[in-house]
Amino acid sequence: MVAATVRDVTDVCPLVKAAGLVKRFGPVEAVRGIDVEVRRGEAFGFLGPNGAGKSSTMRMIGCVSPRSGGELTVLGMDPDTDGARIRARLGVVPQEDNLDTELTVRQNLQVYGRYFGLSRAHLRAKAAELLEFAQLTDRADDEVDPLSGGMKRRLTIARSLVNDPDLLLLDEPTTGLDPQARHLLWDRLFRLKQSGVTLIITTHYMDEAEQLCDRLVVMNEGRIAAEGSPAELISRYSTREVLELRFPPGEQPPVEPFMDGMAERVEALPDRLLFYTADGEATLAAAHGKGLRPVSTLVRRSTLEDVFLHLTGRSLVE
Amino acid sequence: MVVELAPAGRAPSGSRAALLVVEGLWTWYRRNWRATVVSSVLQPVLYLLAMGLGFGSQVPPSEATGGQPYLVYLAPGLLVAAAVQNAAFESTYPVLSSFKWQKTYWGIIATPIGTGELVSGQLLWIAVRLAVSGAVYLAVAAVFGALTGPGVLLSLLFAVLTGMAFSAPIVAYSASVNDEGDSFSTLFRFVLLPMWLLGGTFFPISQLPAWLRPVAWLTPIWHGTELARGAAFGTWLPLPSLGHVAYLAVLVTTGVLLARWRFRRRLTR
Ligand SMILES: Nc1ncnc2c1ncn2[C@@H]1O[C@H](COP(=O)(O)OP(=O)(O)OP(=O)(O)O)[C@@H](O)[C@H]1O
Ligand SMILES: [Mg+2]
Repeated sequence: MVAATVRDVTDVCPLVKAAGLVKRFGPVEAVRGIDVEVRRGEAFGFLGPNGAGKSSTMRMIGCVSPRSGGELTVLGMDPDTDGARIRARLGVVPQEDNLDTELTVRQNLQVYGRYFGLSRAHLRAKAAELLEFAQLTDRADDEVDPLSGGMKRRLTIARSLVNDPDLLLLDEPTTGLDPQARHLLWDRLFRLKQSGVTLIITTHYMDEAEQLCDRLVVMNEGRIAAEGSPAELISRYSTREVLELRFPPGEQPPVEPFMDGMAERVEALPDRLLFYTADGEATLAAAHGKGLRPVSTLVRRSTLEDVFLHLTGRSLVE
Repeated sequence: MVVELAPAGRAPSGSRAALLVVEGLWTWYRRNWRATVVSSVLQPVLYLLAMGLGFGSQVPPSEATGGQPYLVYLAPGLLVAAAVQNAAFESTYPVLSSFKWQKTYWGIIATPIGTGELVSGQLLWIAVRLAVSGAVYLAVAAVFGALTGPGVLLSLLFAVLTGMAFSAPIVAYSASVNDEGDSFSTLFRFVLLPMWLLGGTFFPISQLPAWLRPVAWLTPIWHGTELARGAAFGTWLPLPSLGHVAYLAVLVTTGVLLARWRFRRRLTR
């Protein structure tokens, strides 16, 4: 009965609610008063460059780092007083793997499951299921140490599911993986979302956020710079198309002459000019008309990368 | 129809949580114990044979050995010294590694297990390791006729207490180390080794120059050795023994509190 009540409450309340949340490390203010609400069943993203405060936020939500200020409830409870009860219902994929590399793949799942008070019999079945999910069944009884980075990451994600969490925290789940491994992980995360798990994901990858997140916030220097669905953010902060012009090193012209009506906005990156415009081909023609001779040109749809560039004035992937 | 809910995770109670940490460490040990046998059991046995049988053959029973043959005199002392040495190993590199290299502690505290329970579990595991290694050592010592009677079982208890009096503060120290383990070599060289040599394991500290004796009084080994010999030979006096136990208990308690503080500081910043 009690459990049912708790679930009912979290059905209507947000799973995570932060207001004016602050994290300080001595003089460093890593998170500077953010407001966030994550609803049941959604995939929520924190997007931002290195040092934006994504991991600091995730660790506060994961109840392993006490907040320095503001309000925070997770699953309707206060991390300061109910940390253990909250953590019992969380799955956590940390930025850095912390598998026991001297145990086997299967042992990692089973030992971890025990910390959640689960029975050995239950965990035997659960481990088999998760091994299948992570496509590690044929490596089940191998030691973790020699596994590839992608396999370890998959195992870490599988391990985070051992307690059938209500809320899954993924801190850069696919950083350092090759494209194939990333797509496999995206597929797995998508399936989890379909099965009703609430996901919170941090990432540097725009395509990842666009693929996985229903809603996201862009974080920069500890603050939230924008919030919305990927499509909303793109329409609010960018244009339909982007024209990219690349020039040989040292020959990139200054942007000022092109500010006038050729495009809504022009950004200069170290190696190219970006023209934000509704019609990329028309802008390209205009650029040729103005005598620009780039070595290569590209007309593409605008992405979150462009949103980010607009919001923070710098490129994410340097 | 009864709908069966998948058993979601729960937060285990404090003592259960500590035991689950022990279980995790045991799972590791079951795979990797071979590497630890040499230092934890073989080494003290070799000392007992070389010093007790070999060197001891040159030492006639005297007042200094409580009238016992040297082998018999040495056995309970080595039991304690070995426990302290094992405690030193188990409380340093494995702890640092769990923070720094394997980072397994970070994984554990993301579960319902808290830092206090993690510390309890880690220390409990070390105590179990000390007890088991000590028991194996005693079995070998018995074969060589180095034991006098069932009193050594009590000596084993005191050896574990002594080991933990060293272990708990060292675990706290290891939780504060962030180098590649170089500070441990310093610890072994300048704390452990002098303790081994001067703590009354091989000869009574009354044989030390008077100015060195207060150093021996500070070492847990000396207090533990007094207790272990007293229990083995039935020669202990109530008041001094209480004092030794109290000193060791204070070290354990202080160490546990320090370790809890250092773990919390490092893991939940
Ligand atoms: N344990 C810590 N002690 C001191 N400072 C810290 C600590 N953890 C994070 N910081 C600081 O807080 C700021 C935010 O760090 P955080 O790890 O949250 O960023 P992030 O968005 O996750 O970055 P990345 O994309 O590189 O993972 C940084 O300036 C970092 O140096
Ligand atoms: Mg991070």
